[in-house]
Amino acid sequence: MNARPMQFVSPADFRERVSGALRNQALRTSMRGAMDFLQTKRSTQFPDADELEQLRDLGEAIRQHALANLPDLLVQFEASLQSLGVHVHWASTADEANAIIHGIAQRRGARSIVKGKSMASEEVELNHYMSERGIDCVESDMGEYIVQLADEKPSHIVMPALHKTRADIGALFERHLPGTPFTEDVDTLILAGRRALRQKFADADIGLSGVNFAAADTGTLWLVENEGNGRLSTTVPDVHIALMGVEKVVARLEHIVPLASLLTRSATGQAITTYFNLITGPRRAGEMDGPREMHVVLLDNGRTQAYADQQLRATLQCIRCGACMNHCPVYERVGGHAYGTTYPGPIGKIISPHLLGLGETADLVTASSLCGACAEVCPVRIPIPSLLVRLRTEANRDPAQQVDQPLRGQGASFSRGERLVWRFWSGAFARPSAYRWFRWLATRLRAFTPSSQLGWTRHRTPLVPARRSLSDLLRERGQAE
Amino acid sequence: MSGMGTRERILGALRAAAPVPTPDSRELEARINQHHAHGVLRTASATQRADEMERVMTSVRTEVLRSDAASWPALLADKLVQAGVQRILLDAATAEGAALNTVLPAGVQILPFSQPLEAWKDALFSTVDAGFTVARSGIAATGTLVLAPDAGTPRTVSLVPPLHVALVYASTLHADLHAAMHAERWGAGMPANLVLVSGPSKTSDIQQTLAYGAHGPRALWVVVVDDVVEDQA
Repeated sequence: MNARPMQFVSPADFRERVSGALRNQALRTSMRGAMDFLQTKRSTQFPDADELEQLRDLGEAIRQHALANLPDLLVQFEASLQSLGVHVHWASTADEANAIIHGIAQRRGARSIVKGKSMASEEVELNHYMSERGIDCVESDMGEYIVQLADEKPSHIVMPALHKTRADIGALFERHLPGTPFTEDVDTLILAGRRALRQKFADADIGLSGVNFAAADTGTLWLVENEGNGRLSTTVPDVHIALMGVEKVVARLEHIVPLASLLTRSATGQAITTYFNLITGPRRAGEMDGPREMHVVLLDNGRTQAYADQQLRATLQCIRCGACMNHCPVYERVGGHAYGTTYPGPIGKIISPHLLGLGETADLVTASSLCGACAEVCPVRIPIPSLLVRLRTEANRDPAQQVDQPLRGQGASFSRGERLVWRFWSGAFARPSAYRWFRWLATRLRAFTPSSQLGWTRHRTPLVPARRSLSDLLRERGQAE
Repeated sequence: MSGMGTRERILGALRAAAPVPTPDSRELEARINQHHAHGVLRTASATQRADEMERVMTSVRTEVLRSDAASWPALLADKLVQAGVQRILLDAATAEGAALNTVLPAGVQILPFSQPLEAWKDALFSTVDAGFTVARSGIAATGTLVLAPDAGTPRTVSLVPPLHVALVYASTLHADLHAAMHAERWGAGMPANLVLVSGPSKTSDIQQTLAYGAHGPRALWVVVVDDVVEDQA
């Protein structure tokens, strides 16, 4: 691994990366193909629009119920886990989560961790933290393994290596896996990946996974996957650590049924994935396998900031299906890496400001045409466009302004000049006499319009007021204003 | 280890912002039940469910063998021999394991899972050809096996060997996941591991191209034993 892997790009450099991504024709082509594939797969899973809408209502209601009761559910979940013999840890920040996991590894004298897919572990940069301390983390999900070999980050939350072609992966495997000749045959490549990782499961001291859903009543972790690497990671090593955001818990196991259906159908267009792995505590007396020690790490890392605001709380309804990015015209054109955040696309734009602050992410929330496609497909009805508008408002709010629940990085995009323009504009709009005066002036002084208008003219011709206003034209026709 | 401080800080931040709690979720459960009440297979006969199970499982490259209580052991034994299986994990203490055991030829070695995983991890990973399990039940709509691993047939039997052979009784097929969870009262108590299996291991992580045999079993055979009496008329 390089000393400075690519995960340390900053989301603040979004604009520069976007220009590069847009010029990358290969990326554009592979993104278009992937988006078409995922959109078609999803739509074939929802032939009945009424059933879909009813299920989305239900998914939204279940997630909102869970969030409304979140503190109590977390306490209940913790008690359920502890009664099963699971160690429960709480982490405020990425560093705290990493330190907890490292502490467990140290106590066990662990040298290696095999990982099932976990976006939360990407979010806290666990692999980097562990490798700096001499502990090897191996990604075992095929897509995650591929991006780890390439020293990259996932470009999609469900399909991590979405940006890579089979030729890219053939070359990557040839370079990194001894005795693997170049091939573009996918079955051969998967077999090579399987062989390379098989011994890792048997050898690893610790298995680490994410969590798709958690039930407070039974203390069950519900893991969704197709490959079996998640089952291997949570079954074969003697220690299992699950890392999950605090928002993942729902009240009852039965609440997960509609959510799981929404997840697999929205994400990859499958009625169900190959494995639903329901874990309720460590190995029990008399059993022959499964981890004998189990830990659950509950991660905040900015989620409580989103929770504190009634509107922004909806962000936490997310079940991480990725449908929003699969249908996003911006994501499709720039790809996941341009964002520079763990979570790209529409969900990334609304969650990242809480994880990283608006200082880093203020540009991201502007990267949307607000077309609404994301909200239309979201299985739990997160109103993503209105949350984007809200985050733009907070990014442009005067940093000095006192508000009830200030967001980290409030006012990152604030400019006095811009505020002045908007004040003038809203003042003019609110008073007919002022507006008429402004209109008269604008149509007379149009020759003095500057030809360079900041960001606008970078890609467009300058805006020049018309010679005669709409009202003038209407009056000439004898129509009232 | 995290101190109590972190826990209290997180819970405190959530409590400060949380709306009035609504712990009663009966209305929500009623809506969930209502949504599933009209599932297409809810009124289907057991045979229709078995047919659907076969259709869906076959569509994800699972080999389905329809048989009956008397003839499945010989049928499966033949198929195992033909596939070249030499070592199979099997719990002969179960009725099904015993039935298969008696008909398997001497060339196929029966391995009981008689010691903890850590005592023979490497051998399990490298020398076992197949694992045999009896499913607790099945789910017709999604072509799913419900496996509840126990001491005799632990989790890795259906996970580590390259071939997983599962037996499911047609009478245990539920219409859908919601029906299975309610009929079996999962909420009242869960085993340490409950696994829903809907096909052999697979992935589409390379250029959205479907490939089977990613990390789990590369092949899945399912024996559906027709034990339904009322449909025989």
